[in-house]
Amino acid sequence: MTATAEPEVGKARLRKEDARLITGQTRWTDNIQLTGMLHMAVLRSPVAHARIRSIDCSRATAMPGVAIVLTGEDLAAEQGSLPCAWPITEDMLAPPAPALAVDQVNFAGEAVALVIADNAYRAADALAAIDVDYDELPVVLDLAEALQDNDLVHPDLGTNKSATWVYDSADAGSGTNVEDEIASAEVVLERTFRQQRLIPSFMEPRSVVVDPSAGMFTVWSATQIPHILRWMLAAVSGISEHKIRVIAPDVGGGFGGKLQVTPEELLCLLVARRMGRPVKWTESRTESMLSAHHGRDQIQKITLSARRDGTVTGLKVELLADMGAYLRLVTPGIPILGAFMFNAIYKFAAYRFVCTNVFTNKVPTDAYRGAGRPEATFAIERMMDELAVELGRDPMELRQQNWIKHDEFPFTTVAGLTYDSGNYEAATARAMELFDYSALREEQERRRSSGDPVQMGIGISTYTEMCGLAPSRVLGALRYAAGGWESASIRMLPTGKVEVITGTSPHGQGHETVWSQIVADRLGVPFEDVEVLHGDTASSHRGMDSYGSRSLAVGGTALVHAADKVLAKARRLAAHMMECDEADVEFATGSFSVRGTSTVRSLGDVVLAAHVAHDLPEGMEPGLDADATFDPDNFSFPHGTHLCATEVDTQTGMVKIVRYVAVDDVGTVVNPLIVDGQVHGGLAQGIAQALYEEAIHDEMGTLTTATLADYLVPCAADLPGFITARTATPATSNPLGAKGVGEAGTIASTPAVVNSVLDALRHMGVRDIEMPMSPERVWTALQGGVADASTPAAGGLGSIDSQGGQP
Amino acid sequence: MHISVNVDGVTYADEVEPRLLLVHYLRERLGKTGTVVGCDTGNCGACTVHLDGHSVKSCQMFAVQANGREVTTIEGLARDGKLHPVQEAFRSNHALQCGFCTPGMIMQAIDLLADEPDPDDETVRKGLEGNLCRCTGYQNIVRAVQDAAQRMKPGAGPKIEQHSDSSRDEHVGSRQPVGGE
Repeated sequence: MTATAEPEVGKARLRKEDARLITGQTRWTDNIQLTGMLHMAVLRSPVAHARIRSIDCSRATAMPGVAIVLTGEDLAAEQGSLPCAWPITEDMLAPPAPALAVDQVNFAGEAVALVIADNAYRAADALAAIDVDYDELPVVLDLAEALQDNDLVHPDLGTNKSATWVYDSADAGSGTNVEDEIASAEVVLERTFRQQRLIPSFMEPRSVVVDPSAGMFTVWSATQIPHILRWMLAAVSGISEHKIRVIAPDVGGGFGGKLQVTPEELLCLLVARRMGRPVKWTESRTESMLSAHHGRDQIQKITLSARRDGTVTGLKVELLADMGAYLRLVTPGIPILGAFMFNAIYKFAAYRFVCTNVFTNKVPTDAYRGAGRPEATFAIERMMDELAVELGRDPMELRQQNWIKHDEFPFTTVAGLTYDSGNYEAATARAMELFDYSALREEQERRRSSGDPVQMGIGISTYTEMCGLAPSRVLGALRYAAGGWESASIRMLPTGKVEVITGTSPHGQGHETVWSQIVADRLGVPFEDVEVLHGDTASSHRGMDSYGSRSLAVGGTALVHAADKVLAKARRLAAHMMECDEADVEFATGSFSVRGTSTVRSLGDVVLAAHVAHDLPEGMEPGLDADATFDPDNFSFPHGTHLCATEVDTQTGMVKIVRYVAVDDVGTVVNPLIVDGQVHGGLAQGIAQALYEEAIHDEMGTLTTATLADYLVPCAADLPGFITARTATPATSNPLGAKGVGEAGTIASTPAVVNSVLDALRHMGVRDIEMPMSPERVWTALQGGVADASTPAAGGLGSIDSQGGQP
Repeated sequence: MHISVNVDGVTYADEVEPRLLLVHYLRERLGKTGTVVGCDTGNCGACTVHLDGHSVKSCQMFAVQANGREVTTIEGLARDGKLHPVQEAFRSNHALQCGFCTPGMIMQAIDLLADEPDPDDETVRKGLEGNLCRCTGYQNIVRAVQDAAQRMKPGAGPKIEQHSDSSRDEHVGSRQPVGGE
């Protein structure tokens, strides 16, 4: 076994995953073909709210290749209710959530019937032959209107309000009373922002295959959460958990959008059981947009109090969060994940957060990259700019006055979290330098004074986020139904090669590469000698999967602990082999030696000795395999400073990002190549929220942005090049020092862009522009039109576009 | 209808329904699952393949339209165990994460490089407008395409894919970066 001299952690390793991905040798769920496999197609409701009067399947059933047509009534006795694992309050109202609608549809896109046929084309043909008679009900779309309870999404609940969740620093003992701070403040700002509805838009459409043969149900799914899915499928279907095996093969992106137990996963399982044959379902892009969960969609009313000298004192957050028609897996908890982040990096004396979750006749919302934290960061970073404007201060200087200083860590915030480490000064200094802040301010001034039609703006976002989800006791206190630990196993094979089994479930993050680096370093084995197994509940039986920037901070730590267990046992055996005291055994770069002698045993020698077990110390079990499960004590808190310069064409409303600098502190970096990639992709999604993307429902509740022609996922030409750099204060909550990087770019970038555009136009009288800041909205704002969230949405919609975004 | 199509150097003869999309023919009938479907509207470009050496979106055409023609997919790029320079460049520059858009992105990049052997940043971005990636923010894709351009000098083009043309070897073979040319 060769020793690895250069540390793997910190090395820009090219990815192991890429070999199959660049050659097309991939294992997407939709690639799977099984003998006798049937194809499922889903008929979806074209109306947002209706009673189902009748469904006539007779024509469809008679069509060629059709095995069976099923309605909600056919499955009513076995389909149960899709799970919601996060009842945020004791009195939260949750309607039954059938996978296939039985007598009522509550959003356009909800599944109402299934065709099972011998190929996908024939299944699609038969969908068109199903006749559904709908008795339409009034649609509830606007959040504020929904709260009036005039029309109800779920009449049986008696209200559209699902729950109200409160955090108050005075009650929690983490701060003073916010009303007192507001009453006694020298400056009070009140603003309302809208977090538009977004669609995660993973590139691989969801797909499920269920094989019911051999006494097992093998479920392949394009999911982020094979372990949670197995548990929930068993709970909902009544099929014993040990008779379900879930495999997440290659998964083409998720961004929270595949953190779900979907109707289609359950339906494929039930149909495969009924038919006794394998069943596949693969969605079209439009189906994905109509039925896979959406993200964001909040109205945020923010009140900030401060002293004239710029010191912030109180922060009050009143949210309305759109649940859509049903509570999916963690729907109600998404805004709560933001509850601890509105105060961000600033030292508020008082904080109050009140969130009301509301049902509407729209696609359910749930996790989307950042999940609650981008919303919080947007609001506070917008407010800090508003305060700077109010006081005539430089926005960076004002932030600096209020943020936690590097020598104040660990710091317990007004929201009750303890930030373990960070250095906002360092990240900011680096960002200002890379950005050339003062030169751009001069350029801005020059354009202002010359009345240049293309104005320039500078936007700041000094963000933090909570990652490494999550300490199980905290999740328990928040009424989440599961834990937040992660698990890892290491199998030491007799030839010295290593198999790593992880409970994380990568879908683009590169765990096979990074986990190999960690193990190579820890055990002193070559990077190439490590194989990472994941995403199959048969081989990786225990795990909590991948989301919330948790995989490295939590799953990577479990792996470190497993490696340490391997080494601890190997050290004992090595001492036995070298006939010395264990205390005299040293381990370095893959070899054990006896201190002060030339006696050496490689780890490979020890692994083989443990495997053949001819001569082990008294009582030692053969083999060196080890398992570890890690439950973090605390979250981790990446932070950074993002600066964005935009040019805004005041004649067309067009926004162009001309410089974007991101300096992030994500703690210790294992693979800088992958970290940069995560930041780039995160930035793209956050910028897309600021400038391009919005899911729009028309006044009937029809999603009018249900294709990639209408929902504007940015292409290469829509985005700038990014300047990225890092500062590092290692996390103290895990031995790797890692903080997490999956969501940072998305969380930070949206307010940086919006602040930049407003900074360009404020002197022309523009106070606010709703996201996405399309040329039309920018231009309208410049004409004096008010386009902020405090005005009722046109037509009572969740959108200010009365035309539903269409020209 | 009866069609005869050469895909990645192998000629296939099949009876197909006229409505069968080329991408479904490749995936379902020929087992060429390296080419994927990302949308239904031709916006995402994940299904991009080459038809007679030029990029097309295989979800936007029927299998019958490929009759008598030559299709190259991501699976047909590597030769004799050697990756195509664009594949190499994507790996070397971390131009992929989940990898779902990658086959289409690589096929489109090759097409782009055939027209623009030394593209600047903007040319690459405009040339890839029809291909969406949700993971990378495109930064490393742009870098990879420019890197590939250097690796491929004197140029890419339909010739590089012609299985019968012996001249291809010199194209694929010239992989060392050529600076300042």
